Amino acid sequence: MTLRLTLLAVLIGIAALALPLGPLLGAYARDPDLALTILLQLRLPRAVLALAIGGFLGLSGAAMQGLLRNPLASPDVTGASAGAALGAVLVAYTLSQTSTLALAAGAIVGAAIALAVLLALAGRGATTARLVLAGVAIAALAGALTSLALSLAPSPYAIYDILFWMMGSAADRSLVHVAIALPCIVVGSVLIVSARRGLDALTLGEEVAASLGHDVASLRLRIVAGTALGVGASVAVAGAIGFVGLVVPHLIRPRVASPGASLIPSALGGAVLLAAADLLVRVPVAGQELKLGVVTALIGAPFFLHLIVTDRQP
Amino acid sequence: MILTGINLSRPPGLADASVVAHPGALIGLIGPNGAGKTTLLRALAGLTAGPGIVTLDGTPLTALPAAVRAQRLAWLPAGREVGWPMRVDDLVALGLSRNDPPAVDAALAAVEASAFAARRFDTLSTGEAARVLLARALVAKPQVLLLDEPVANLDPFYRLAIMACLRRVADAGAAVVVALHDLDLARQSCDRLWLIDHGRIVADDAPGAVLSPARLAAVFGIAWSDGGWRQV
Repeated sequence: MTLRLTLLAVLIGIAALALPLGPLLGAYARDPDLALTILLQLRLPRAVLALAIGGFLGLSGAAMQGLLRNPLASPDVTGASAGAALGAVLVAYTLSQTSTLALAAGAIVGAAIALAVLLALAGRGATTARLVLAGVAIAALAGALTSLALSLAPSPYAIYDILFWMMGSAADRSLVHVAIALPCIVVGSVLIVSARRGLDALTLGEEVAASLGHDVASLRLRIVAGTALGVGASVAVAGAIGFVGLVVPHLIRPRVASPGASLIPSALGGAVLLAAADLLVRVPVAGQELKLGVVTALIGAPFFLHLIVTDRQP
Repeated sequence: MILTGINLSRPPGLADASVVAHPGALIGLIGPNGAGKTTLLRALAGLTAGPGIVTLDGTPLTALPAAVRAQRLAWLPAGREVGWPMRVDDLVALGLSRNDPPAVDAALAAVEASAFAARRFDTLSTGEAARVLLARALVAKPQVLLLDEPVANLDPFYRLAIMACLRRVADAGAAVVVALHDLDLARQSCDRLWLIDHGRIVADDAPGAVLSPARLAAVFGIAWSDGGWRQV
């Protein structure tokens, strides 16, 4: 399965560079350098971001579901994505700045603050339940503050820009965005993957895992901090993209031996799903490109319902 | 394994006690619900910082590296939930720090569970699940085995089968401490019983001496009459 998913991810990555083919060929006919610029400056960042963010959402979703032993867990329960959204909104509100770079900077700061508050509230020795409750509380607070800032916003255009940004998109991103997000995603992924053996032991409960010699507190910290870091960076450059982190681990779950073994396939599945969705949004509807976060939720939510209804296994 | 200075009662104030589990001994831990059996086992497993000091071959448990402790001591909680529909052999292998399929096979054979090594844990019956989880605790061949009600909810045949398995483990040199509610099973299977009441070890002796009518009436509030247990 891992091999097939890898091939699929590569194919979709190539398609993300090539499609739509018309403008690329037209540009090439006029000026080969222009075609190269389109490829490197426009399509490459977009493809890389879709693959990396989708991959990270799948990976961190699988890790959170394993850590919490709860199939409803998703990366959002760390509160990092809500913190990132608040950071971006505050930048837009106070600086009247809605360039994607300024929003990204605000979002990174917001996610970092959310993570710091989470760790301070829950402490190093905190139970997983406390960590998640703290994350949910942070997400609720950040969500409320985001709504407050939006409702008080002086300019309707700022609201419009922000709402669009919050819907999630990988379009019109540059290599600068890739340079912002990719290091955080890589570090977050390394932290999470380093916990894979411990995740397997956690299926027997936290105390059995501890009795088997695993440092459960460190395990928890690596997964939560890694998730918050990567998700914060993802939201920073591409806005909020829901359901990938929830649905993909669900699809992988019946097909792998253990939570640790689900990490890499979930990452590949997430990359495939988000990059495919990003291909789909390139088809204009009513003259507008659809928003990526809207499409993943539109496809993801009914699909998730279908999974719940047809799932025969516990 | 020696545990000294234990006092599980809240508030503290009752006499301290110390217990010793020798290699080769099968020790039954008995007492009413809420007496502190699980708390004592968790303390012995080093999962709680206090109370008391647990030593293993003269070394305080807290001074042993986690990996060494995991190799020498296994703890099996009463709960049988597993957070993933894992294959039985994969689950048993979680008890090992390295890949060792022959050890997994041997542990499954020891609990008569070889036949369902390739099945998923969530498809097992209660009795099968109990044996598989016991195999997970046995697989690393620990010196000390701490089990919290491993025979709960099992039929009479598998209660006996699990106790027979624990006897073999003890005979092979391990110290086995097993919390039990079935007093007859405890009397018939164990070398020694620790009787715990209100967080205090009130008896530590051979089964016949611990399960005296006076003590059963005082601790459990039961007496044997007319061929069955009665409340007193």
